Amino acid sequence: MGHVLRLYGTVAAGGFRRHATYRVATAAGVFTNTVFGFILSYTYMALWDARPALGGYTQADALAYVWLGQGLITVCGLMGGGFEDELIERIRTGDIAVDLYRPADLQAWWFSANLGRSAYQLLGRGVLPMLFGSLVFDFTLPAGPGTWLAFLLAVTLGSIVSFALWYLVAMSAFWLLDGQGVVQVAWLGGLFFSGMLLPLNVFPGTLGEIARLLPWASLLQVPADVYLGRYEGWALLGAYAFQACWAVVLLAAGRLVQTAATRKVVVQGG
Amino acid sequence: MVAAMWIRSTLTYRASFALTLLSNLVVTFFDLVVILLMFGQVRALGGFSFPEVAFLYGTTATSFGLADLVMGSLPRMGKRVRDGSFDTFLLRPAPVLAQVAADRFGLRRLGRVTQGLIVLIWSLVLLAQSSLVAWTPLKVLLVPVMLVSGAVIFGAVMVIGASVLFWAQDAAEVTNSFTYGGNNLLQFPPTIFAQDLVRGVVYVVPLAFVNWLPALYVLGRPAPDGVPAGAAFASPLVAGVCCAVAGLAWRTGLRAYRSTGS
Repeated sequence: MGHVLRLYGTVAAGGFRRHATYRVATAAGVFTNTVFGFILSYTYMALWDARPALGGYTQADALAYVWLGQGLITVCGLMGGGFEDELIERIRTGDIAVDLYRPADLQAWWFSANLGRSAYQLLGRGVLPMLFGSLVFDFTLPAGPGTWLAFLLAVTLGSIVSFALWYLVAMSAFWLLDGQGVVQVAWLGGLFFSGMLLPLNVFPGTLGEIARLLPWASLLQVPADVYLGRYEGWALLGAYAFQACWAVVLLAAGRLVQTAATRKVVVQGG
Repeated sequence: MVAAMWIRSTLTYRASFALTLLSNLVVTFFDLVVILLMFGQVRALGGFSFPEVAFLYGTTATSFGLADLVMGSLPRMGKRVRDGSFDTFLLRPAPVLAQVAADRFGLRRLGRVTQGLIVLIWSLVLLAQSSLVAWTPLKVLLVPVMLVSGAVIFGAVMVIGASVLFWAQDAAEVTNSFTYGGNNLLQFPPTIFAQDLVRGVVYVVPLAFVNWLPALYVLGRPAPDGVPAGAAFASPLVAGVCCAVAGLAWRTGLRAYRSTGS
């Protein structure tokens, strides 16, 4: 048991280190997230000027939401998990056969690597845009260290749900070979239903109710609401349970699909 | 020819192609849904009504879609410079920029242009119904001029961004700030943004010439503070200057290119 944990710990550290080498890409990402944060902030300010307290948010809450979204894009894989392209490429070229012969579980391997990546992105691309945003815009900060900790746990769970979603997407490549179509559809779903374009609590009626029940709500809406202190006590536990349920269901689904794929599908290439 | 090759290769995986085409149709649609959701809550944003915002949306989305159709492959170049496969382009007897643009040419990108045009036409119908615009021959002529100049400006920004990749292969995302970000910015009326930001997109990165300045003229609204009234007609000129700068940047980048040797 101990050596298995050590193995996955090493894989996670590798994921962290590997992404830490892309310094230019990180700087480029921080710049892009900051620019988008500015554009979104102004559109939200116009919206909340016209409709104060929209979705139960003050303007300061809405602005915090914008910058949380920009910070979490790569951490919670709102627009792609950051690993699925590579995994799909390995499936397409047949390199996956080598991975399957390794004495490590495929899903657990990628899970660990993604956790390391996520941790790096939190430090590399999560903190700086929020810092820039807080210098220019007057947005809500958490009430205290307890809220920061609660937020961090929600982000971790969000990152796990995101991994489970993107792993499922990648597995589809076993059947479709070229995974680009599914990736794009998943990307769109993530973009819209994570609430990155507009908070899910602003979505009207049934659309809003459905959007808040879908797994993508775990990636940004739930962490943001935890950050804004909208959950306390049992409600906070309920929010975590929502994320954890989706994580378990989706990870199990990924496991099932993986088993079916490795049993049935003929691996490409020599 | 390179483009034709990629079209053939795309069509090999039919199911996947259908999905990408669909998702490209939907991608701009979601942008629009957000604007629709916003207007479900308010009647005007920054003093602009829905038909006017839809007009801004349609013009920038069409221009961006056209530029993306032709130049959308450029960000891939960073990877090719890094792994050395860029060398292939230098050996073929065709302009390098044209080859890079045709690399992985995506027929699916037609979705974006189509979406932009549909919204543009819809906004024109809405504007006609609400008689918000007093059309003159000049205004009618300005719309296609704006679309083409806008596409050229976006395209030039994409080429400049790609030129940077010769030095910094991982910096492709910075270009997104100006292209996708610019497209996003121009969907909304300039009145909602800080005036420093508006001046930035007039004088520094001339995105305002894509649609803001000509569109404000068409909609019969005043130009932002400190911008001369004639600027509404300067888009083709600005597009020309952008092309010259982009050409220069590209040639400088190409000359600085050293293969990886692998």
